[in-house]
Parts: sequence; structure tokens; C-alpha cells
Amino acid sequence: MATASIPATPEVNTRRGNVIHMEGVHKIYDLGEQKVHALRGVSLDVNKGEFVAIMGASGGGKSTFMNIVGCLDRPSKGSYILEGTDVSTLNKVDLAHIRNRRIGFVFQGFNLLARTTAMENVELPCIYSAIPTKERHERAMRALTRVGLKGREHHFPSQLSGGQQQRVAIARALVNSPAILLADEPTGNLDSRTSVEIMDIFQDLNEEGITTIMVTHEPDIAAYAKRTVIFKDGRIRLDQVVPSRSIAREVLPTLPSVESELASQDGEQE
Amino acid sequence: MDFVAILRIALRALARNKLRSGLTMLGIIIGVGAVIAMVGVGQGANQQVQSQIANMGTNLLVVQAGSANMGGVRTGSSAVKTLIVDDMNAITRECTAVKEAAPGVQTRGQIIYQNQNWAPSGGITGTTSEYFDVRSWPIKEGESFDKSEVDRAANVAVLGTTVVDVMFGGEDPLGKTIRIKNLPFKVIGVTVSKGQSSFGQDQDDIVFVPYTTVQKKLAGITWLQTIHVQAISQEATALAQQQIETLLRERHRLRQDEDNDFMVRNLADVAQLAEESGRVMTLLLGSIASVSLIVGGIGIMNIMLVSVTERTREIGIRMAIGATESDVQRQFLIEAVVLSLIGGILGIMAGLASSGIISKVLRWPTSISPVAIVVAVFFSIGVGIFFGFYPARKAARLDPIEALRYE
Repeated sequence: MATASIPATPEVNTRRGNVIHMEGVHKIYDLGEQKVHALRGVSLDVNKGEFVAIMGASGGGKSTFMNIVGCLDRPSKGSYILEGTDVSTLNKVDLAHIRNRRIGFVFQGFNLLARTTAMENVELPCIYSAIPTKERHERAMRALTRVGLKGREHHFPSQLSGGQQQRVAIARALVNSPAILLADEPTGNLDSRTSVEIMDIFQDLNEEGITTIMVTHEPDIAAYAKRTVIFKDGRIRLDQVVPSRSIAREVLPTLPSVESELASQDGEQE
Repeated sequence: MDFVAILRIALRALARNKLRSGLTMLGIIIGVGAVIAMVGVGQGANQQVQSQIANMGTNLLVVQAGSANMGGVRTGSSAVKTLIVDDMNAITRECTAVKEAAPGVQTRGQIIYQNQNWAPSGGITGTTSEYFDVRSWPIKEGESFDKSEVDRAANVAVLGTTVVDVMFGGEDPLGKTIRIKNLPFKVIGVTVSKGQSSFGQDQDDIVFVPYTTVQKKLAGITWLQTIHVQAISQEATALAQQQIETLLRERHRLRQDEDNDFMVRNLADVAQLAEESGRVMTLLLGSIASVSLIVGGIGIMNIMLVSVTERTREIGIRMAIGATESDVQRQFLIEAVVLSLIGGILGIMAGLASSGIISKVLRWPTSISPVAIVVAVFFSIGVGIFFGFYPARKAARLDPIEALRYE
């Protein structure tokens, strides 16, 4: 029923396989006294199956860009077309539906609900799209299996390691089969080995065809993406293909296995 | 978003802070409990008054001689000699709304049996056997005086239970001879116990004799002091009153500008008045108790506001993954309603328990109607919605970006 409220906009200027089409996007925050010009004309196309790393110094506009891409915010000027839908003109309710169905968020701080099992955390987006209980369970189970957490669905976040919590968050992002996976510093709170493990999942998902956009300020993490976009002063400074891409599956065996319990926990799970 | 899922989320959120939820509920429990108990006390008192009035006799009207304003001098009923037994006969004959009537003439005096003597506080009432019907006051043992005993002013008496207890101890009074004002009277009957009147008077401390006997032998008068009248139905009491007044004015040949030389009291009016004052009391008690319910509601609002602030990040996450403003608002509203509803249900139990204690310990009758319980349930839901609305609105209005950044 919520689907019906998403306006069926005609296909606007989209080449085949174009997921994101952004043109001349500006974002101006009006703080009363002064106006902050966070984005100054950003144009970007992301095709289906791409893996883009967004980089840049703080204040460069990458957070604002991500908020707009994630439909948490609307551009002040310019257009943003997500899978053929012009979302720059949608109201709050429609934006919530877009976030629910077309975008999967992964945050730096995992942002799982405490005292709520992994399964229920993953089911959450389905609750807001009124999916029947049985199908909800099936979908959540499938998503958890996909990130390698089968058997841990009834654990609470406090009983899981950081890496496992982030996997729950990824499963939650995947459960409604979104158009894009949007990750904001997904490895910011993780040690280097776990970070590579998470990159492994991202690369696997990307191989399966999931378009991924990831904000990071670590160049070695950005190297797992296919394309890098660097923001500076509200504009795109550099947009290039990653020259020598790291492949997590190959990097993992070279890393020393971490001494902590995290490793043994992960070991049990395998 | 389906209701069961929201309810589960709400219950989990409340279970997370059991002590806090419990204390918040306590406000509603006390509020609803107080309202239920107070309304129970009020209604119980009301019912008691009603049953006491019914106890005086059903559909009863009392015609009293006197209270006439004669040239500015109000005289007592005993001084008015115009109400006579023919009036009573006319009432039963002519007033269509009247079912039965009984005369009443009172005197006081000492009664003596062997070495006992006693002055009944209810006096010596002269009447006919109809009196016991009209006042719904049946004879327990023996019988009342028959028509011939009334006609010949026989020396027979029917005793109230208090008089029997005082004068005869364990002895059977039937057939015994007592002396009233030095005349011998044969005891032919005993009435059932009627208990105390609503004014705390012992109604069983009384002796009945035929009215003719009082008029001719004990008091030496020719008139009546009261006529007890039973109307054909509750609705007919007003009509009966009107008919009696018209008839008696005619019979007493009162001019247009003259006041009545009698007074008709309608017990339905008295009952209505008592009911009215009972309702006012119930309302008063209930509204005082409602104040604590409002305080309880403010408690809910307070805790919900704290909860919204604490869970800002959770709200942000929910919004980021697709919760709309109304989803968030509904969630917090349902939490508030669940709090107040559980509190309300526990409050009803507390109210029932405490009114039970009140009627046991204080011997005050209480009565709790199902209506009061239903109203209490809906009222506590209403409190939840009313006091939960603002916090829920506040949660729904949060900006998801800000909320996600909230530490």
C-alpha cells in the first residue's frame, strides 16, 4: 500500500543501468545569520553494479552528499534521480518509503537497537513496509545467512563482536533488496582485520550486483572499491577508477590472526 | 506497519525500564483506584438511602393535618381538627390514582405488663389493618385488627418487636393482656422488625391499636393526624397527590385564596431529593479523585518526554530505515496508552479491593457499577492519548540526520 504513494515519475534522462543521476546539486544551510554552502553544484552518475568510495576532508561536503543520496535530506537546488524517480521533490512520507525500499544504510556506529535480537533488528525495515510476519522471518533469515551469521539470529547486539554487529547492520540494509547500499564509514569502529572482513562482504555483495556507495577517509579501505570520488569545498575534485584494487579475499590470509577473543569468536562461527 | 509489531515494540520499551514504568503506572493506578473507590462509596451510600426510602413503603404519600397558615399563625398538626376518617374514605373512593389508604392517630402513654412498664418512643398509633399493607410492614405473628374490632373500638393491640423484647423478654406475647392508660388490651399480633429509620430512630418501638380506640378511649378526639396513602404505581404518585389535594380542598371547603389545612408529602419526591444529593456527593468524590488521575497523566507525559530524549538515536535509526513520522508518533502514543491502560486495569483492581476494605472495616456500603469500570478503562486510555500526544509528536518531528548524530 505504501508503494502506491511513491509517484510513478517518468524515466528521466537515465541511461540503461543508471542507478543514481545527480545534476547540479546544491545544498545551502540557512543558519539565520550566515548561510553555509555545503554543496556547490555536484553532478554524478552511478551505474548499476558500481562500488564507489567517497573520500575527502571533513567539511568537504561528503556527509551532506550522503544525506542527499540516502534521501535523508533534499537538495536546495538541482535534481537527483534514483532509479528513475526524481526524489528531489518528494515529501517526507515518500522519502521515508524510498529509504525503506530502495536504500540500505550501514553506519559507522552499527546503530543496532539494543536489547533487540539480531533477527528482530534485521526485520525492522520489513515492519515499516508492512510485510507479513512469515515472509519477514524468511527474508531476515536469508539476509543473516548471506552475511555469515546463521545460528546467531537470537543473539543480542551486546553478545556480538563489533564485526558481527556490523554484519547484522549489513543484513538489515539488505533485507528489503534495495537499489543501493549506502555505507557511512563502515569500518570506522573496527580493527584492521575485521575491517577487511567487512570489505570482503561488501565485495561479495557487489559481485552479486549490489550497487554500493561507501564514505571513508582511509585510503586503504577506499582501495577495495572500484571507483573513488573525492570531495573538497562542496565540489567533486577527483573522480577516478581505482588503479590497483585490493581484493579482500586475497588480503585476508596475509593478515596475522588477531590474538583477542574476537578471533576465537569468529572462529567458532565458521 | 502492523499493530502486533508496534505493541511488541512498545511492551519491550516499557520492560526495558521496569522500575520507571512501574512508578509511572502507579500514578494511574492510584488515580483510577481512587476514582473507582470514591464513586463506589458514593453510589453505595445512595443505594442505602434508596432502600431506606423503599423501606418506608412503596409509592407512599402521607397526608398530614395542619401546617395551615391561619391568619398568619401556623399551628401544629394536633391543633387542626379538619382531617377526618370520612376524608380518607373519600380518598380511597374517588381518587383513581390511589390504591389504599390507612388512618393514623397518635397518642403517647405508658404501657404496663405485670411488673414491667414502658413508654414506646414511637408512641401508640391508632390505625386500621390497611396500614400494614401501605407501609409494607407485615405482621410476623398473630394477626392485625379486623373491621369489626375497628368498628367497635376494641381493646386489641399489635406490638413492634422492640416493645415485645422490653416487656416480655422470652415470653410469647400473643393472647397476653397489657395495660395502656389503665385500660386492658389484648395482644393479637407482632409486626416484623423494620429496623432503624433513615434518621436513626427505632421504628419497632411502637404499639398499634384500632384508630377508633385511640379516638374514643385514649385521646378523646374525633379527627385524624395522618392518612397514609399508597398510589397505584411509582408514576402515579404525583397524580395521586394532585387528586388528594383537590379532593380535600373541596371537602374542607377552602376558598381560592385560602391555604391548605393539610399537607401531602410525596415520598417519591423525598427519594428523588435524596438521590439528587447522593449524585452530587458521588460527583464530588469522583472529581476530587480525578485530580490524582490527572497528576498520574502528567507523570506519563514526563516519563515519555524523558524517554523520547533518551531514545533520540533509536528514533533516528528507525527513520533512516524507513519509519515515517506517523509510524514514530504511533509507536510512542501506543507506549503511553499501554502504560496508562495497564495502570488503569491495575487501578480498577486496587479500587475494587479498597472499596471492599472500606465496606468491611468502616461498615460503609459500597457499590461499583460495571459502567464505572468501563468508564475507567476508557478514561485511562484517554489519559494515555492526551498526555502521550505531545511527547509522541516531539519524537515524530525529530530530524533523522540530527537524531542519528545524537550521542
